[in-house]
Amino acid sequence: MIQLQHITKRFGQLTVLDDISFEIENGGTFAVLGPNGSGKTTILKIILGMVLPQRGEVLVQDNKVRQTWDYRKQISYLPQIARFPDNLTVRELIKMIKDLRNMPSREDELVEMLGLQKFMDKKLGNLSGGTRQKVNIVLTFMFDVPILILDEPTAGLDPVSLIRLKDLIEKEKAAGKIILITTHILSLVESLADEIIFLLEGHIHFRGSLGALSQKTGEKDLEHSIAALLE
Amino acid sequence: MILKVLKYSFSDLIRSRWSYVYLAFYLVLGFVLLFLNDNLSKAVITLMNIVVVLTPMIGTIFGIMYFYNSREFTELLLAQPIRRRTIFLGQYLGVALSLSLSLVLGLGIPFTIYGITQSSQIWDFATLLISGTFLTFIFTGLSIYIGLLNTNKIKGFGYAILMWLFFAVIYDGIFLISLVIFDDYPLDKFTLFASFLNPIDLSRIMILLKLDISALLGYTGALFQKFFGTSQGLIVAFAMLLVWTIGPTILMIRKSSRKDF
Repeated sequence: MIQLQHITKRFGQLTVLDDISFEIENGGTFAVLGPNGSGKTTILKIILGMVLPQRGEVLVQDNKVRQTWDYRKQISYLPQIARFPDNLTVRELIKMIKDLRNMPSREDELVEMLGLQKFMDKKLGNLSGGTRQKVNIVLTFMFDVPILILDEPTAGLDPVSLIRLKDLIEKEKAAGKIILITTHILSLVESLADEIIFLLEGHIHFRGSLGALSQKTGEKDLEHSIAALLE
Repeated sequence: MILKVLKYSFSDLIRSRWSYVYLAFYLVLGFVLLFLNDNLSKAVITLMNIVVVLTPMIGTIFGIMYFYNSREFTELLLAQPIRRRTIFLGQYLGVALSLSLSLVLGLGIPFTIYGITQSSQIWDFATLLISGTFLTFIFTGLSIYIGLLNTNKIKGFGYAILMWLFFAVIYDGIFLISLVIFDDYPLDKFTLFASFLNPIDLSRIMILLKLDISALLGYTGALFQKFFGTSQGLIVAFAMLLVWTIGPTILMIRKSSRKDF
């Protein structure tokens, strides 16, 4: 369960999130959408405790996020830009994260699925953006945790990997997990999202299912619905 | 958990070429000064003059460089179930320990081969290594703190170098000028207090008190000796250096717990 209560976040003069509250009780896929700079990543980072809001409280599985850290045992996070220490190899990085989290993991299966075997002993600094994103995916999905936070998981992926990623997300969803996702690939939202949380100018402009969105805007497809929301 | 973070930072640095350059520098310095110089005291004094300037500089540069270069690693760790304090403390100790190790090994090996372990001057030498280690920790901590305060890399780097320059050079200048200006007043307490505020001065005083060379003590050192006596002076200097080590560490942890990443 994730609860955000009256979250306000300002960066200097700029108010990114203005008194935002929402609650996610049950498992499912929740797409956080909004134009650039609408605070999508900020919301995700606030849930992770990486960004600290000026006001408001976040609860994850009934733990207050402020000043605690062990609730993160229940979260896997896929950051937007796959940046890793350059001089580590893929194998070392996976080993390190396993060592830090100290949980059962299934990295071999994922490595094979994404075709990463031949990159295992390469330094992360020498990998292409797409390959790094695959490593990112392995690190996120290798632990069995109830909450997944995915910030632009599709960045740089080829179509085959994109399909694999979709399958992965669907499996996790079927297992009853909470999946929070931001993406600009609307087809992904259409095929995966149970609910849409649409951010605009620091507020939640819309929250509901895809059906409710098209009903509200009177548009058939997601692209036009979102364009209608923005107008 | 802190040991795990420390282990990764440490092994990351141990792999870097610069750690070896730093180690090699001390090795060469140690061998040259000991074997081309017949007076051990003189060698220790020369080493002291180099160590009290160089260890803060290297601590500052490595600290700030590591902080900015390991941003990715830090962000990765922040999303894991680890306390923030643990992450930054682990990285700080990783940098400071690997630098201290270069210092201790780099000077320790030539000294051991020279046979100082049997000589009575082992403690002079140990004092040198202890103050060098203190300075490494202090300046690494301060520079990581500066890094936390400045998201802009260039600014952070600039401030860190300025900080080193201030303690290594500018501070003494200001101090001397104020002594000249306030010549008519009793300055003992002021001087003593002023020496507490500069870890580089404190280290120098500590080593010279240990070496017991009054001629080199200078004004601050002489006051230290007059006020506390040699052995108590040593303890006071040591305690102040400890305060200087803990202070920046606390600042660093506090800042890190309030920062957005």
